[in-house]
Parts: sequence; C-alpha cells; structure tokens
Amino acid sequence: MLEGLTAALIANGWVAVLLAYAAGSLGSLLCVRTPFLGRLLSTGLGVAGGLLQVLVSLATILEGNTVGWSVPSGVPLLDIGLRLDPLSAIFTLALGAVAIAVSIYSFGYTSGLTARRLAILGFFFNLELLGLSLVFTASNAFFFLIAWEVMALAAYCLVSFEHHHEATRDAGILFFVMSHVGTGFLIVGFLVLHSMTGSLEFANFHVVPTPLQYGALFSLFLFGFGVKAGIVPLHIWLPAAHPVAPSNVSAVMSGIVVKTGIYGLFRVYFDFLGKPPQWAALVILAVGVSSGLLGVLYALIETDLKRLLAYSTIENVGIILMGMGASLFFSSISKPELAALALVGALAHIVNHAMFKTLLFLGAGSVLHGTRTRDIERMGGLLRRMPATAFLFLVGAVAISGFPPLNGFVGEWFTYQAFLAGFGSTVSLTKLVFPVAGALLALTGALAATTFVKAFGISFLALPRSRESEHAHESHWTMLLGMAVPALSCVALGVGATWLIPGLDSVTGQLLGVRSSARFVVSHGVVLNSGALRGGTVSMPMIAVLLILLSFTATLIGLASFRRANRRTGPAWDCGLPGLTAENEYTATAFSKPLRMIFAALYQPKREIQQQFDVSPYYPKSVLFESEVEQTFESRLYKPLKDKLLQRANRLRAIQAGSIHAYLAYIFLTLVVLLLFGARP
Amino acid sequence: MSKMLGASVFQLVLLLCISPLISGIIKTLKARLQTRRGPGIFQPYRDLNKLLRKQMVIPETASWIFAAAPIMVFATSVLVGLLVPMITADAPLSLFGGVLAVIYLLGLGRFFLALGALDAGSSFGGLGSSREMTISALAEPAMMLAIFTVALSASSTNLSEVVRGAIGQSWRFLAPSQMLAFAALFIVLIAETGRIPVDNPATHLELTMIHEAMILEYSGPYLALIEWGAAVKQLILMTLLINIFYPFGLSLQWNAASLAIGCGSYLLKLVILAVLIVLVETTNAKMRLFRVPELLSVAFVLGALALISTFLF
Repeated sequence: MLEGLTAALIANGWVAVLLAYAAGSLGSLLCVRTPFLGRLLSTGLGVAGGLLQVLVSLATILEGNTVGWSVPSGVPLLDIGLRLDPLSAIFTLALGAVAIAVSIYSFGYTSGLTARRLAILGFFFNLELLGLSLVFTASNAFFFLIAWEVMALAAYCLVSFEHHHEATRDAGILFFVMSHVGTGFLIVGFLVLHSMTGSLEFANFHVVPTPLQYGALFSLFLFGFGVKAGIVPLHIWLPAAHPVAPSNVSAVMSGIVVKTGIYGLFRVYFDFLGKPPQWAALVILAVGVSSGLLGVLYALIETDLKRLLAYSTIENVGIILMGMGASLFFSSISKPELAALALVGALAHIVNHAMFKTLLFLGAGSVLHGTRTRDIERMGGLLRRMPATAFLFLVGAVAISGFPPLNGFVGEWFTYQAFLAGFGSTVSLTKLVFPVAGALLALTGALAATTFVKAFGISFLALPRSRESEHAHESHWTMLLGMAVPALSCVALGVGATWLIPGLDSVTGQLLGVRSSARFVVSHGVVLNSGALRGGTVSMPMIAVLLILLSFTATLIGLASFRRANRRTGPAWDCGLPGLTAENEYTATAFSKPLRMIFAALYQPKREIQQQFDVSPYYPKSVLFESEVEQTFESRLYKPLKDKLLQRANRLRAIQAGSIHAYLAYIFLTLVVLLLFGARP
Repeated sequence: MSKMLGASVFQLVLLLCISPLISGIIKTLKARLQTRRGPGIFQPYRDLNKLLRKQMVIPETASWIFAAAPIMVFATSVLVGLLVPMITADAPLSLFGGVLAVIYLLGLGRFFLALGALDAGSSFGGLGSSREMTISALAEPAMMLAIFTVALSASSTNLSEVVRGAIGQSWRFLAPSQMLAFAALFIVLIAETGRIPVDNPATHLELTMIHEAMILEYSGPYLALIEWGAAVKQLILMTLLINIFYPFGLSLQWNAASLAIGCGSYLLKLVILAVLIVLVETTNAKMRLFRVPELLSVAFVLGALALISTFLF
C-alpha cells in the first residue's frame, strides 16, 4: 500500500519535472516581449524542475524500486515509455542538481542579452534539460532515440548560440556531425537487439548473446555512446564545442551531456548484455586509462581556460571508465562483491564530476564575464578583483584534483581499492593489468593536480597580465549563488561520503545483485572500508575535522606574535631590477614547459624564434616567439579521413547532374527496390 | 577512545620534536663527510625558534593564498604523521586513512605550497612551483607501484595492517620483490624530499633550485611552518620506508618496556637511513632537471619489477 503510494508519487513527480522543463522552455519563448519575466520564468522553472528532480531521484534511489509506465503512440514499435530505476536515478540526481545550479546562475549570466536572444537561449536550454531527462528515463529504444536527438539538436543550437563567430559555427558543425555518426551506430545497435528479441522495449533487451553477437553489440554501442562520452579518440568535438558555447551551457554539456554516453554504456553492458567476456572488460579499462591520461596531458598544456576544462572532462570520463572496466572484469570472473566495489567508485565519480565540473565551468564563465577573455595568459590577479569567484573556483580545483576531504577523492579511492583487490582476484597473468592501471591512475591524478595549480594559480594569483584582467569585476550575486550550490555539494559529497555511499546499494543491487553497504561502512558509519576483512579504510569526516583543527593550530603558530607588529608588507624579490611587473611572472605556457618537454613524443612541439638586433644578438630589440603543439588526433586521424571522404564524395557528384528526370528515375528505382525487399516472404 | 587520543598526542609530540633533529643529523653528517664541522645537530631547532620570533615580510602582490599555503603544508604533514605507524605497529589514527590518504594529503599540502609560490608574482615562485609539480607528478606512478607491492602481501592499504603483516614474516625484507620496492621508494623519497641528485636543499641558484625557489618569498613564522612541515614530511616518508620494510622492534603493546624498545629501535633505524641518504647525497652530483625524469623512470621500472617478482618468488 505504502509502496504503491510512493510509486505513484514518484511517477507524478517525474511528470511534473518534465512539465516544468517544458513550461520553462515554452514560457521563455512566449515572454519574448517581456524579457525580465521570460528570464525569471525559464530560470525559475529550471530551478523548480531541478529541485523536484533531485527529490524524485533520491526517493527512487533510497526506495530502490523501479517505476515505469508506457503509453502507446499509434506509431508501430514506438511506445512513449518512461522508467525510473536506480541506475537512471543516479544520473537524474546529478542532472537535477546541475539544473538547479546552472538555472540560478543563468539568471545573472544572461542579463545582458537582447530580448530575442534571451528567449531563444531560455527555450533551448530548458529543452536540453527536458531532452536529458527523457534520455535517462526512456524505456523504449525508438523513444530513446527521439529523446537522444532532441537532446543532441538542442545542444547543437546551444553550442552555436554565438553563431556570429566563425569558430563557433565550425565547432557546432563538428559537434553535429560527430553526434550523428554516433547516433548511426546506436540505431544499428538497437536494430541488432531488435532482430534478436523482436522488441524495442528495454525490458525485453536482456539477451544472452553468442560471442560474435556480443562483439558486434559491444563495439556498436562503444562507438555510439563513446562519441557522446568523449572517449579518446572520439573526443575531438569536446574541446571544440565546450569553449565556444555560453558558459552556463558548457557546464551542462560537460557535467551531464557527456554522462549520457556513460549512462548508455552502463545500461547496455550491465543491464542488457548480461555477463561480459573478459576481453570486453579489458577494452573498457584500456579505453578508460588512455582517455584519462591523454585527456589530462592535453589539459595540462592548454591555455584557454574552457578548453582546459573540456580536456579535463575527457580525463574524468576516463577515470569513470576505469572503475567501470574493473567492475565488468569482476563480473566476468563471477566476483560480484568486487564488482560492486569498482561500480561504487565509478558511480561516485559520475555524480562528483558533475558537481565540480559544473562549478569550474560556471567559474570560468564568471571570469569570462568579468574579463572578456578565456586566455589564461591574459589573466592574473583576479583573486583580488573577483574574490568570491576565486574562492569557489579554488574549491572546484581542489575537488577535481582528488584531494581529501572533498568529493573527488572518494571515487578515486574506491577505484584504487578495486584495482588492489583485482590483483588478488585471479591467478592468470591478466592481473598485472590492475597495478599498471593503478599506477597510471596515480599519474593521471598527479597531472590533474598540476593542471589545476596552473589553472588557478596563473589566472587568479599575482599581478594582472592585461588591461582586461586589471579592470575585472565581480559577478552578479545570482551567478555566485549558482556556483555556491555545486561548491557546497563538493564539500558535502566528500565529507559526508560515508553516509551517502550506502545509498548506492540499490544501484549495485539492481545491476549486480549485491548490496554491500554493510561492508563499505564501518565504525558507526564514520569510516569507509574497501569491503575486504582488513582492507583499506578511510574516514572523510575525521580527516576533515582533523584538518580543520590542525590548520587552526598552525594559524595560531603563524600568528604567534612574539613581537607586537609581526608582519609588514614589502615588495617581492625583483633581482634588483626596479619594480616587479606582470612581465616577470611565470606564464601558463612556461608553467607546463617541463612536462611539455618530457612528453614531447606526444605533443610534437614546434617553436619558432625570430630576433631583431642592432649590435649583438645578446641585446635583441624585439623577439617574436611562436610555439605550437600538434593536435595528434585531428591531424593524423581525422584529417586524412575527412580528405578521403571528400574525395569520394566528389566522385559521386557525377550522378547528381541537376536533371530532374534523372532524380525521378532514382526515386522510382529506390521505390521498386524497397518494394521487392519488403515483399519478400 | 582515550587510548587513541593519548596515542595521538604522544605521536604528535614525537613528530614535532624529532623531525628537526633528523634534519639536523643529516646536515651534520653531510658536513662531516665533506670535512666541514657543520652547524651541529640542534641547529634546526635554533632556526625554528629564531624564525618564529622574526617579523614577516609579506609581498605586496600576495593574497590570502600566500598565508594559507604554510598553514596547509603544516596541517597536512602533521595529519599524515598520525596515520603512519612510528614506534607502535598501530598508528594512532590508521583507521581514518591508509596509504592512499597519506599520498593524497601530502599532495594537498604540495598543491597549496605551489599556489603560494605563484602568489608573490616573482619568476622564482613560478619556476619552483612548475618544477615541483612536474617532479612529483612523475614520481607518483613509481610510488603507487611500490605501494601496490607492499599492500598486496597484506591485501590492505591500511598502514597498520601492512606493518603487522611485515612483522609476521620477519625475513620478508630479503625477498626480491621487497628489495626492489624498497629501492623504488627510496628514489621517490629522494625526489619528494628534494635531495641531491634531484634537488639541492643547500643552494639558491635559480638554474637548479626547486623547493627553495618556491619558498623564496616566505619569512618569519610562515617560513618556520613550511620548514617544520617539510621536516615532518621527510620524517614521515623515512618512517614509511623503515617501518614497512624493516619493522623490527615496533611495539605491539602499550607498556613502558616495549615502547622503550620501540623508541630505541626506531631512532636507530632512522639514523641508519639518514646515513644512507647522506651517502647518496655526497657521492652524487645534482642532475640536470631534464635528467630527473630518467631517474624517476628507473624507479618506475624497479616498482614494476618488484610487482612482477611477487609472482616468481
């Protein structure tokens, strides 16, 4: 009785969420003549929808049951079917939280737009939220693909929002093409599943494929969803599209849109395809490791703040896939307890990454708003000019670098524990994969910390490097509030991890049939345990408390005034030259120079120096320095592919002669062929 | 609960008191090997005392990050110190974080120190910060492989469990995997504590300095906090090395006799390791910065070999 009531509440709540986003979308368009009302409506309904979405998702996760309903649409095979189960709910939880933060932020961020553009942005933004909500809950493959397209097209329109710049148009088209190549793979994948089961309902997709079928389905969905997830080498649209989109859109793109790919992979590999073979798990693990490492290596040398964050998203997708690969591996050797350990790592990182990446993109947007530049080399000294933005960005930077007690540490900790357990889980030589993956995860994490020392240190500290950053101003309070929401979540999800991890029970229960919270949390819920009898332990709340206590002690020592006036300010050491200027500061390029040289094999850096001098080359009048890094995947993989494609397409122009008779003949022929094909018994 | 508190306070005092002493011993030994008299093993205490009384000069360009860095360096080092078994096999707070927490908390301190270095706006800070982050990033995978090797035998990342496992098999340190892992971690120790051949703690030449470049703008109590924190970090890394691989004499009970044995053997082992570090420092020349990755890849290979040899033996 009570369960029925909750189920009804969840179902109605979910419909209300969808209606809120739809109303926000249409409301924004209808209020084009009253821009303030339109802005209030679209962001207000975004916040309301997000809040409700968080509540409904939490209820689903805690209850652990699945609520689904379906309406036939009249079109064959297409049912408007929605289903909210714990796996979906994890993603919609992150979506709801991001929607709240970004909607609040958008109110201030979009205030400078003209009425028409404001209406358009509000329309597509809420449509994107609607599309995402449908993608995570659609339970019919046909309907899923429609939702997928709504999401992709809305995202395309949002990316191309500032279409008066050529770079934006190019990035939009790249996103559009990549996205649809991915969708093509998905359609084929779902057709294969349909041919195996005779249905397009997700509920009927639980198949037991032959090895050949598994291989086909595995690769089709890996390509299809991998494009959206941004795995290397399908990632090239991310660093192009995320920077040019408005920053509130980038936050949703990086925080959630990328996660739809991850969601799809989880849905197919854990839910549909049953027990995976070992090779499949190892492929995912390898993809995860290479995406993580390459993503962070490109982020490291980037000087465009938003491109840096986009590359860092690729890295974090890699970390999620490492956990996922380990989990699949343990499933394949029938160790569900260990699979649950790795899965918890991946799931925790999904939600955590949504939070800190949203925070960082909103922070980058605030900086862009205040300085009109995305170029880190032109920033500096922003901490004094935008203190609140700087503080919130710092929270995000610490969290994404994976330092305790913030949330980034939790997912990585579980992943390390899974790798450690993985070494002991099997006798075959495959087990060597795990320590190597662990070592590379450590390298990835350390490089991420370096990247964010650069991103925060060069942008916010020391002296401003340009007039723009000298005259930077702090953002509107709604933007700061929008950033405070994910910042607080980063703290809460980190410090409170021990109380939140048991919530993932319902997901591990659904996907693996194991509920392990009793083993993951010990000592009255204060300590996280890796699950083994004497496994690894860590206590996020205690680390937080001790860190605060010790910092307080250290502050007292630092302030201890054995003398009355124990501090004065003075100039920094300037080597005796008069006055320290911003030109003396290290630049972002200089900061990453050692690593650029060490990983020169990957970057293939080129540089050109031209000097003009009168008397001696040691006293140059002017120096021109150019440095370039090869975009390996773009130039080695995609460019030849594109050239070849255009070449072939050119040959096809012969049949496109411009004669209407010829075109009619083509249509007729096609019809005949299709009829013959369809008439086959 | 009260035992945990007592043990924590005891270890806290021990950490803060003997970490400068170890620095002093290393400095003096080094001086003797170079046929100098050296400042005496208690010089670091005098330095700290002096710095705490000095007036600080804060760069005009600096923000609150400049002040937060020394505090975070000190706090993280001391917190990590409580997670590591020193003279008892059970570290006071080992339940609250294992070796992963140790690595990442030290990383947190380094993160803030690198930011503090950038904050003053002079080129030296940026130079030090960039080099420090580079070297620590490259040291990380080697460290993780070596840690994996030792964590495997105890099937735990909890340091007290690792050490207890080592005590159980007293001749284990002779196993090839353990010796290789020790060598890998020793190189990481050299890199992380900024010693020759990676960094030279005694120089202020901009071509070579790393750690010293980062703290160039610090003075007075803040410098004291950083120096003290760095000494504690060095002590922790040395403790990790000696107690994981050579857990002899670690006390398993809380009584005066075994604690005394624990203290004595701990100090003895520390001095032996210090001698080893000094020998490495005096017999090697400082490497060019871009040779350091090669040294760290040697550590990585040693770690990998250590792992593989757990199969073979």
